[in-house]
Amino acid sequence: MTASTTDPEKDAKGPMLAADGTPLKKSLSRALRVQKLRALALVAPLLIFVLVTFIAPIADMLFRSVENQIVSNTMPKTTRALGDWDGTDLPPDAVFEDAYYDLFVAAERKEHTRLGSRLNYEMTGASSLFRKSGRGLDDIGEVYQDQFKDLDKNWDEAEPWAEMMGSEDWLEKEAAWEKGERLPKFRLRDGVEEMLPRTADQYSAFASFTHNEDRKSLLKEEPWSAVHTALYQDLSTRDVSGYSGPHADMLKAAAALVASPEFETVDFKEGFGEIDKDWLKPAIWRTLKLYAPKYTSGYFLNSVDMKLTPEGIEKRPENERIYLTLFKRTLFMSLVITCSCILLGYPVAYILSNLPSRQANLLMILVLLPFWTSLLVRTSAWKIMLQQQGVINDVLVWIGLVADDNRLAMINNQTGTIIAMTHILLPFMILPMYSVMSTIPKTYVRAAKSLGATDWTTFWRVYFPQSVPGIGAGSILVFILAIGYYITPEIVGGTTGTFISNRIAYHISTSLNWGLAAALGAILLAVVLLLYWAYDRIVGIDNVKLG
Amino acid sequence: MSACKKSYDGETLVVKDLNLSLPKGEFLTMLGPSGSGKTTCLMMLAGFETATHGEIKLDGVSINNIPPHKRGIAMVFQNYALFPHMTVAENLSFPLEVRKIGKSDREAKVKRALDMVEMGAFGGRRPAQLSGGQQQRIALARALVFEPELVLMDEPLGALDKQLREKMQFEITDLAHRLGITVVYVTHDQTEALTMSDRVAVFNDGRIQQLAPPDVLYEEPENSFVAQFIGENNTLEGTIAEIKGDTCVVKLDGGEVIDAKPVNVTKVGERTRVSIRPERVEYNKDRLQEGAHTLKAKVLEFIYMGDIFRTRLDVAGNRDFIIKTRNAPDQARLTPGTEIEIGWLPSDCRALDAN
Repeated sequence: MTASTTDPEKDAKGPMLAADGTPLKKSLSRALRVQKLRALALVAPLLIFVLVTFIAPIADMLFRSVENQIVSNTMPKTTRALGDWDGTDLPPDAVFEDAYYDLFVAAERKEHTRLGSRLNYEMTGASSLFRKSGRGLDDIGEVYQDQFKDLDKNWDEAEPWAEMMGSEDWLEKEAAWEKGERLPKFRLRDGVEEMLPRTADQYSAFASFTHNEDRKSLLKEEPWSAVHTALYQDLSTRDVSGYSGPHADMLKAAAALVASPEFETVDFKEGFGEIDKDWLKPAIWRTLKLYAPKYTSGYFLNSVDMKLTPEGIEKRPENERIYLTLFKRTLFMSLVITCSCILLGYPVAYILSNLPSRQANLLMILVLLPFWTSLLVRTSAWKIMLQQQGVINDVLVWIGLVADDNRLAMINNQTGTIIAMTHILLPFMILPMYSVMSTIPKTYVRAAKSLGATDWTTFWRVYFPQSVPGIGAGSILVFILAIGYYITPEIVGGTTGTFISNRIAYHISTSLNWGLAAALGAILLAVVLLLYWAYDRIVGIDNVKLG
Repeated sequence: MSACKKSYDGETLVVKDLNLSLPKGEFLTMLGPSGSGKTTCLMMLAGFETATHGEIKLDGVSINNIPPHKRGIAMVFQNYALFPHMTVAENLSFPLEVRKIGKSDREAKVKRALDMVEMGAFGGRRPAQLSGGQQQRIALARALVFEPELVLMDEPLGALDKQLREKMQFEITDLAHRLGITVVYVTHDQTEALTMSDRVAVFNDGRIQQLAPPDVLYEEPENSFVAQFIGENNTLEGTIAEIKGDTCVVKLDGGEVIDAKPVNVTKVGERTRVSIRPERVEYNKDRLQEGAHTLKAKVLEFIYMGDIFRTRLDVAGNRDFIIKTRNAPDQARLTPGTEIEIGWLPSDCRALDAN
């Protein structure tokens, strides 16, 4: 082959080349890139809007179903210490000590009640226990605070503490601080941490709280009683005779007082016991240990009527099981609603698609009429229609079908929910069915009849299979809408006709157990996706047509 | 089927007073412009429309009150109407299934029908995977698979391109004659009607204008609608001056007097439209036959069409007078503007009604 005969299109071995010598594929993709970018730019505003206002909140919400950082964040020392505990009997004294300091800070930050509410989901009574303890912990510290104060008034003053604990640099900056400026970051004096480790730790915690939450100078705020407790613990175990920094005399006098036999002390365990007897039972500690990890399956287990226990996962007691029943009921009722929508909607859609367009449009307006009325109004109307003294019962009694003292209960139960929701969701079934049916040419029916099929065979073998995509689309629409429906079951459902969504709403707005609400929502979402997937496998999502 | 007689006396505007009988094995085409009632007639035969009046008989039995699926009349639709959710084989097997024919029998018949239209390898395909021509064959096979007494075809080739249409025209007639089935075929394409049919019924305004074999229809149209509708035609308007047996004298509006063959004119003084086929007009004096009638004409346009020449003339005030001449070596090509003399045999010149 000579060079002159090399034609890029005929040269089968090399890639096809464009006029400028670049591979054809490359130049094609370059040409398409501009188009793609423009398409992306057109979609971008909506995409961003959806991401920010829809996807992100949902993702955040779903994350809450496993998130459990509140326990380890609020009680870091305790959860760490509980890691070594075997879970039998009471935890060692050191755990009580850690719990004292953790809870003290949490109480100052007013976070202990939130932790209490969180643990209350797993153990009834935890909420009040924590609320009570927040107040009671002061009693332990005040024993020491009072004794040190009686020894030297300076122990209850802000400045001596700051001078003793803080570094020189920091003290200067803190003294120069004026309201409105940034507070200088607290730094410990060299050597304090080695000499008084607990005190240094507690004072640091106090310092960061005062700086960051209260926005006050440490030179103005006297430390809280946990610092005094820590000081007692340090002085009783450490030697401070070598100390020569600020207020050395004051510290040495305090050390002498602690060493003297008349110094009054409180055992942490007893202190907790005095606040509430429950602290001396293993249950609360087990719960704390169980829910110490940052992520938990607890909410999900709760959603399926299970429970995390130290012995493993087990079923909740009979009288606490509620969610599985609710899930089953939600699925069952959604299915019933979908089926009744198909049964009621199919003939209507059939008539609509076979009428001349003027009459079809008129009827279509009637189908769409419910959309023009508020959902609440329609649901409330059903309440009036269906109640025991309502229109339908009155008519039945008047006809004589039903005895006056034996009126039908059609509201505040499943019947009411099914009737009202079927009515509300019917247009969502009819519209896709109609649009699919109106694309089925009439000649198919004629062809089937000319081939010898009876009316029924024609319908069942020829018309119906072609209308299935419409049924599929309508069913998916109605079922997914029904499974997450909230307002109608809330109003007409009573106790037996409510859906899982009502429970989710309850946890979101009333019990404030967002984690559980998120877990229930996640399960609901998973069920919908699963059904969608199953539908795709069985019927094929390509068969869904909205027109 | 000795005689499929269908008589219908309707009050409706669509089909008026229709009488038609059809012997077994005939290929009859209903031809007419849209809205002439031919499809309505077909639908009445199939049973999708009811006759408001009159009687339709198949094999001497009235089928007026028999529903479509019991008539045993197959129908082929313009858009094929193959069921999209069934395979080709299932489509073909459908009419057999509804007739409760056994499975092995069914399969054999389906196979035979598919082979008949040379589509044996396509049984497993869906209609959407076939081309238009293939779908048409399957539709045909489906209509024939249950061996119906009568097959109705409603413009079955309307959606195909020209070449395919011509091929299918041949295949359909061939099949129909081979199997000896009776076919009623509806079309608005006159070429299709002429090439395929044993007889053609020309419809207009809800009436059959003429029912005749194609050659008779073309050569001897009975009224000016048929003359106009079938093939190309030149008309000259005038008044009957004299009728003598099978010739008459027509005085044209331009003053010329010509001889013609009276067809549906009866009395002197009546308005008439004289019809002459373009290919029966001759301008080469050497070729004029004896007894030909001549008229003066002026050439307006000459169109070379390959096999023929098409010349537009001004004859007796008609500026759309067309003549067609074969492209022969000795045939002169006319220049626009020249004055010539044209002629035709009076027997080719038919004096028809003036409507």
